[in-house]
Amino acid sequence: MTAIDKALGISPQVLALRAQRMNLLSSNIANSDTAGYKARDIDFVAALRQAEQSQGRFDRTHSAHIALSGSVEQPDAMYRLPAEVAPDGNSVDPTLEHAAFMENALRYQASLQLLDNRIKGIKNAIKGDS
Amino acid sequence: MSMFDTMTIASSALTAQTAKLNTIAKNMANANTVASSPEETYTAQEPLFRAILDGQIDPNDASQLGVMVEEIVEVGGPARQEFNPAHPLADENGYIYKPDIDAATEMAEMMQASRSFQNSIEAINTAKQLALRTLTLGK
Repeated sequence: MTAIDKALGISPQVLALRAQRMNLLSSNIANSDTAGYKARDIDFVAALRQAEQSQGRFDRTHSAHIALSGSVEQPDAMYRLPAEVAPDGNSVDPTLEHAAFMENALRYQASLQLLDNRIKGIKNAIKGDS
Repeated sequence: MSMFDTMTIASSALTAQTAKLNTIAKNMANANTVASSPEETYTAQEPLFRAILDGQIDPNDASQLGVMVEEIVEVGGPARQEFNPAHPLADENGYIYKPDIDAATEMAEMMQASRSFQNSIEAINTAKQLALRTLTLGK
């Protein structure tokens, strides 16, 4: 891991996980009328911990190889415990999924803002002005 | 795996819900279509949705999720018999046949389909805004 990667903090991993969670949640919304579909979600904290730990999972066999960061493995999706299941076996609660989608989008923006500020800070440090 | 997958997933829902709205329109349009025999009578249709789960379409892309229309099935019960000897389409016993379509049910289905459509549109809009902001990172 190079110094510039460290300077960016955990935000890249958070963004990647948030994007994956957004895919799952939009899939839940898309399948709100599919018979037998079970809503799924990821345990964000556990997935982030896993992403942190699996940082150095690519062995660098040459000193010139660049460590990969900001990428995460596909986290394990788990089934949501539904408050009620429709007669056709569908366990999607559209309001809950909608709220989760919006919350996820907001948190994505928050991480994006953090990353943006860090990048600007690094840029300023490199240029030396202002 | 990218930001744009959300748009693909949500647009699969738009396609599926459009198919549903189309069959509902077809059912409503044919609610009063009269026939001379039960076999010729229009039968209500409904699309059968199926979830696209990880790797079902493209095995190399484990992220693909969404919904698809598996097939359009005929639902609806047997044709309703009505005694109307004056009708030009009446059979030799004076009966005409009408499809078993409940307008109220179709309307409710239509509302549900259009709500689901709106939800997916909103998901696409949110994903678009986030993608745009991500593209201007550090600017």
